[in-house]
Amino acid sequence: MIKFEHMKNLKQYSFIVGGAAGQGSRRAGLLIAKMFNQLGYYVYIYDDYQSLIRGGHNFSQITVSEKKDPIRQKKIDFLLALDKKTIEKHRANLKKNGLLFFNSNKIKEKGIGIPADDILKKCNGLPIMANTSLLAGLVKGLGISFDLFQKTLLEDLSKEKEKNLQIAKLTYEQTVFPKNGIKINKVKNNPGLLMTGNEATAEGMAKAGLNIYFAYPMTPASGILHYLAQNQKKLGLLAIQLENEIAVASEAIGSAFAGQRSAVGTSGGGFALMVETISLAAQAEITFLVINSQRMGPATGVPTYGAQSDLLFTLHPGHGDFEKFIALPSNAEESFFWAGKLLNLAWKYQTPAILLTDKDVSEGTFSIEKKILDQVKKEKEIIWDKKGEYKRYKIVKNGISPLAYPGEAKVVVKANSYEHYEDGISVEEDKKAIQAMQEKRLLKFKAMQKQAEALPAVKIFGNKKSKICVIAWGSTVLSVKGAVENLGLKLVQPLLASPFPKKQIEKALAGAKQIICVETNSTGQMAWLLEANGIKVDKKILKYDSELFFAEELEKKLKKYI
Amino acid sequence: MEKQKNNLETQCPNTWCPGCGNFGILSAFKLAIDELITQGWKKEKIVVVGDIGCNSKIADYLNLNSLIGLHGRSVTTAEGIKLANSDLKVFVFIGDGALLDEGISHLIHAAKRNSNINVILHNNRLFALTTGQFTALSPEGYKGVSTPWGSVEEPLNLIKLMIASRASFIARGYSAKIESLKKIIIQASLHEGFSFVEILQPCVSFYNNIQFYNEKIYELENNDVKSESVALDLANQWDYDEAGKIPLGIIYKKQRPIFEQEIYKQIA
Repeated sequence: MIKFEHMKNLKQYSFIVGGAAGQGSRRAGLLIAKMFNQLGYYVYIYDDYQSLIRGGHNFSQITVSEKKDPIRQKKIDFLLALDKKTIEKHRANLKKNGLLFFNSNKIKEKGIGIPADDILKKCNGLPIMANTSLLAGLVKGLGISFDLFQKTLLEDLSKEKEKNLQIAKLTYEQTVFPKNGIKINKVKNNPGLLMTGNEATAEGMAKAGLNIYFAYPMTPASGILHYLAQNQKKLGLLAIQLENEIAVASEAIGSAFAGQRSAVGTSGGGFALMVETISLAAQAEITFLVINSQRMGPATGVPTYGAQSDLLFTLHPGHGDFEKFIALPSNAEESFFWAGKLLNLAWKYQTPAILLTDKDVSEGTFSIEKKILDQVKKEKEIIWDKKGEYKRYKIVKNGISPLAYPGEAKVVVKANSYEHYEDGISVEEDKKAIQAMQEKRLLKFKAMQKQAEALPAVKIFGNKKSKICVIAWGSTVLSVKGAVENLGLKLVQPLLASPFPKKQIEKALAGAKQIICVETNSTGQMAWLLEANGIKVDKKILKYDSELFFAEELEKKLKKYI
Repeated sequence: MEKQKNNLETQCPNTWCPGCGNFGILSAFKLAIDELITQGWKKEKIVVVGDIGCNSKIADYLNLNSLIGLHGRSVTTAEGIKLANSDLKVFVFIGDGALLDEGISHLIHAAKRNSNINVILHNNRLFALTTGQFTALSPEGYKGVSTPWGSVEEPLNLIKLMIASRASFIARGYSAKIESLKKIIIQASLHEGFSFVEILQPCVSFYNNIQFYNEKIYELENNDVKSESVALDLANQWDYDEAGKIPLGIIYKKQRPIFEQEIYKQIA
């Protein structure tokens, strides 16, 4: 087994909680994560499920660590099985001294059997409450105090609190702490909040002044819609579901025209339907933020599993020449920061912005440091100074024509998808005017390029002196971090794909003898983007079976090249 | 001149064909807006959403806030504007190709949710700007550049579609009857909820049915606008074919909860 040298003396544990769809494995995993968050550990949850409502096999892998950004590994310390299939699927990855928890009334196995059905019967509980019993057994088996479990459980439950608590108590009392057990202790960190990438995205947008979010349901972006719908009162915004993604995008353009900050969210298939509106946003200079959370395509593809195969599509949606902002978050903190930043940038430059995320970032659960929440605020757009006659597309030095919104007295705001004069009226054949308006937008794109270089568009991890540079983006960063730290390599993570932060990337790669690009797609789309910008990629490590890389697996692959 | 008082015209040269029904629609709309401003409407609160096609040029000819968006999408864009600022009075000008071919789902959903916008259909029963292809409202047998032997499809009965979609205001006007059209537009504007106005608009270049309309139309009087069954009878009087009579005026009107108000109520 590969040792994680940097983890020496640091505590890191990995759990899998599995069951059939509808059995509540995700919720049980989240409760474990919440307890470890309280105990001072950083958390990362990977959720695995299929496109079905009942049955199948769902599981959550919860990695908790004293070190920031826990790295998911193949080998696990604890397995909590809500059904038999979970044991069959994951037993092989349980470490030699790992512990298996299961319902001994249903399954005959070696390990820590919890007679959950007996306990339920005694307490007159419902079948779904077996989770509470199994969790209570696990908590005892880890030497975690009942008080912490009780607090976490009660916070999570909306009904049947008493009964669940009774079941938990009885199980906790009956379960014996195992002889070879590991007692979990509190550590000193203050890892902050737990959020999925989708929740962080929603919060980031809200912080940057989002007024209306429009969406049509699509995995893995739906979590943003659900979170905003639940929290719209608290956040002071609207979350609206419409008839399709075309309506979603067009309605966002309408609300943005009327002065409300608007955003939409979807995955590849829905993004394809929004493309005409992205082109309109560029031409009419009415902006919106699009969240595109990738899943494995083409077409319906593998709808509940991830891939990074929409980078090139996202770089070039919409007909015509125009520039856009595209950011590539790899966790909840970056989702929060870039969702907010992009909404501000979209309004500042009146151009579309796209947060290109993916299934494992969107639906993964991460620790997020509270101080990150102060890094986003609403930045004001450029508003008309009320001098002279208002012209929506006034040609100005930086190409950003000041905004006014319909409803303002003595102002006529005319926006247009046709090429237009400064006042917004369509141009039929005036070649000079056509060229002048395109050049106005080019000025803006130049300013955007400059802006990109001023943003924190590249992060470097690992051995900063290494001549071997690994490039990774989005969810892949999570696993690459672990591998490069072990091997003493350098990791360069681009966070902006457009405008391409060429200077920052070149600086990060300066002195590199070998550049290796790691992606979860079959053609190397980031490698293509780098090469299009004159950066030669020596090797590509690609995975396209819909699963994320494991750090162990990557380490083996990288070793071949060094 | 009376109609110049609100400065509703732009310097943009008009490129509609001489004799086009769109001129009548533009005149009726300007007269309606003048009257509404006299009644207290503020000019700056009016927003015109143009689609793509001959009809949408109307946005260029009106000195009012406007957004010319994408083909078939102007109904949704208008809904976005209304949701963002419910003080605004939003008018969509759209053709039959855009509304009933490219963007039909948006029309149905806007009517269903009773978004408080006004949809004004320039119904010339074909795609004019792209030189005369058939639309969902072209008659069966219509010969255009894409159907040289005649369209084999029957047209939709639009009024029935609107009734089924729960539109809360349904009316039909005629571009050659400017005074009555003006009145219909005013009624639609004052209706709280989704208003739909179909305007019969002859296309002098590709489908000149002025004669046909002049013979078939009649103005509704004292019809029970609250009755869905009366509205259905009126819808059945003309099935977008050669037979029957074509009623003009307000066909149906009902007060229903308004989408934008209900949404804001929920988060208040």
